[in-house]
Amino acid sequence: MYELICIGASWGGLSAIGRVLADIPTAVDPAIVVAQHRHVDSHEGALGELLGLRIDRPVRDVEDKTPIARRNVYLAPPDYHLLVERGWFSLSVDERVQYARPSIDVLFESAADAYGSAVIGVILTGANEDGAAGLAAIKHRGGVAIIQDPIGAERRAMPDAAIAATVADAVLPLDAIGRFIYGLCVEVAKTA
Amino acid sequence: MHTEPSQASHAAMQELEDIELQLLLEGVFRRYGFDFREYAPASLRRRVRRRVHAEGLTTFAGLLDKLLHDPACMERLLLDLSINVTSMFRDPTFYLAFREKVVPQLRTYPFTRIWVAGCSTGEEVYSLAIVLHEEEVYERTRIYATDINESVLERARAGVFPLDKMREYTQNYIKAGGMEAFSEYYVAAYDGAQFHRSLVENVVFAQHNLVSDRSFNEFNVVVCRNVMIYFDKTLQNRVHGLFYESLAHLGVLALGHKESIRFSPYEERYEVLDSSEKVYRKVA
Repeated sequence: MYELICIGASWGGLSAIGRVLADIPTAVDPAIVVAQHRHVDSHEGALGELLGLRIDRPVRDVEDKTPIARRNVYLAPPDYHLLVERGWFSLSVDERVQYARPSIDVLFESAADAYGSAVIGVILTGANEDGAAGLAAIKHRGGVAIIQDPIGAERRAMPDAAIAATVADAVLPLDAIGRFIYGLCVEVAKTA
Repeated sequence: MHTEPSQASHAAMQELEDIELQLLLEGVFRRYGFDFREYAPASLRRRVRRRVHAEGLTTFAGLLDKLLHDPACMERLLLDLSINVTSMFRDPTFYLAFREKVVPQLRTYPFTRIWVAGCSTGEEVYSLAIVLHEEEVYERTRIYATDINESVLERARAGVFPLDKMREYTQNYIKAGGMEAFSEYYVAAYDGAQFHRSLVENVVFAQHNLVSDRSFNEFNVVVCRNVMIYFDKTLQNRVHGLFYESLAHLGVLALGHKESIRFSPYEERYEVLDSSEKVYRKVA
């Protein structure tokens, strides 16, 4: 069964992430981790407060060694890489990857290492190529790869790069992604 | 047709890699005495993997073989594992808080000892020295800057940082409450900025391993920012014990923004001086 949903976004990501999270019904059980490229100085709690208003789940900014609990939404803090361990998060201040910290690749690759085939990776809008290698790593370990359809994305570079890097399980318009995740986590689970 | 490996083979692949990594860490410890076995696995795996590729190898087991027989390779891995990337006045608000909430306490002491633990290439040490200098307490302060790695200490001693970083550092410095023109503190030489030697007059750079070495003095302030994020919980708690032992009564402990002494066994022994800057004071 799936244990972790990882979402990566950059340019235009704020509203895209809000939309996807709002569309995932509360019956969907796995923890959700979000890496959104943010400016170093961006106000700490702003993204969390914004999302918290729109969705019916606890939204938390991750600190070092925060335990991973089901249903919660976790946000990568600005200017740190967020990494997934088995049961908790760790942070690093290693070099930027693809000019980004948090890097979506770092998050996704560590999630693939820790949770293997129990990971669902989602790449949304963005103007760079971060996340493509990470999504491929998730797929390589037997997880699920979902990519926002570049045609409707605010910036298509990131979805395009992800599509080129791996065989996606689904390339979907933004408003169909929550529903697809529901199908994976709830409907499939019922019939299994 | 290409078929994806089954779930079972994914799990087996993962397990094999875990075994290899554990053997590598065990081998490094037994051959060279450096103990990375209690580091947080995700960052560690990422850094070791980078070394595997840089050596032209494909597996952790392959790297272990090379490490055991080639000390130069171990030197390179040690650099990978011990360089903590940092910048001058990273998190300027921390230095503001230090000026406002820690310095007044230091003014009441005839002499102050500060330990910067895990100082890496020294950016934080020079930043702190500048703050202490501007607050006119540097003259009666000694900073002990330690790191596990002798070659990063060499770079810290040299005090030369990339010239192209100075714009960013200047902005940080201003936000950190800087009182001078930042360029007063260095001279440009080739592509490096050489910081004034007077800033490290009262700094002792020394090798110290947080994992295995004991406390070596009593301090009024311990600064250890974004170092313990690379450790697992057990090791973190042990290092918290080391810091607790090393601090004088009312000594100050400064951690990174996303670190905390909450949930550590020493939580009750400190009071919070600044909750968002993660500055604590030993009270019990």
